[in-house]
Amino acid sequence: MMDEGLRSELGKQGIFTTTLEELYNWGRKNSVWPLGFGLACCAIEMIAASMARWDLARFGAEVFRPSPRQADLMIVAGTVTKKMAPQVVRLYNQMPEPKYVIAMGACAISGGPFKQGYNVLKGIDRYIPVDVHIPGCPPRPEALLHAFMKLQQLIDAQALTGGSRPRHLLPEAPSEFLVPEYGPHDLEPPKNPDVWCPPVVGGRET
Amino acid sequence: MTPPEPSSYLVLALLLVAALLFGLTPLALAWLWARFFSPAKPGPTKHAIYECGLESRGDAWIQFRSGYYLYAILFLIFDVETVFLLPFAVAFGGLSIGAFIAMMVFILLLAEGLVWAWQKGVLAWK
Repeated sequence: MMDEGLRSELGKQGIFTTTLEELYNWGRKNSVWPLGFGLACCAIEMIAASMARWDLARFGAEVFRPSPRQADLMIVAGTVTKKMAPQVVRLYNQMPEPKYVIAMGACAISGGPFKQGYNVLKGIDRYIPVDVHIPGCPPRPEALLHAFMKLQQLIDAQALTGGSRPRHLLPEAPSEFLVPEYGPHDLEPPKNPDVWCPPVVGGRET
Repeated sequence: MTPPEPSSYLVLALLLVAALLFGLTPLALAWLWARFFSPAKPGPTKHAIYECGLESRGDAWIQFRSGYYLYAILFLIFDVETVFLLPFAVAFGGLSIGAFIAMMVFILLLAEGLVWAWQKGVLAWK
């Protein structure tokens, strides 16, 4: 591994140094292919972000794939109803590793205005690991672009070895996440305890 | 004409080897990289048939009734007819008698086809 100081010194002399890992992550972060998957009004903002005015193509992420088999990123854009949640988790499971999730908007991160309702999931992070949360109702395309840049930073910082390597390189990490069943009263189970560790406020789960 | 020297063919063989290496080396590198840094993580859901997130029911290899074919053909005929009828209606006032007769013959041909199909019992759903 090259010393940072030497590297910066070489850079000043016009000598560019890199590692395989950096090259790999540089390629990965600049060709994130999202799944073409919209749930509610946030999807309109997502579509706007991919069109000419906001131009998601600048981040190499304009290739919205119609199949999870070819997608790296799931943008959970909108309200996840309890009836839809099993399908969302199943689609996530069908995506190849390494895969990432952006929870877009108040509904996807927490249930939003429907949090107290009976039929809306209170945040998709109850079932799948979310990398970037964006608040807003709906978030503007700029917010989605910001989330993309955050995700790119995250991918860039992922080492191929050591403890911080991506999940798919950990042998003990699960290959699939539990798909809930749509039951008569609630989703069964109502959350995946391996994924979701809620803060405990005043002795009860929020 | 003298036959070409063997060395000129050697160049071709070398080019073939170079071309093969050019194609196969990236593939081999990608395979090696995937082996170490992108191990397969299979699972029952991942291997399941893609049905937009839903569980697939029954067999994917189903047969469609051939009756649909006749419906498609009939639909196509009247779809195309509409395309011609619209400009016909727009230009109706300024049409010559010859154009009018030609259009009537066209409609008659299609109507005749419909009557024939009707008599054949194509429109009756069995």
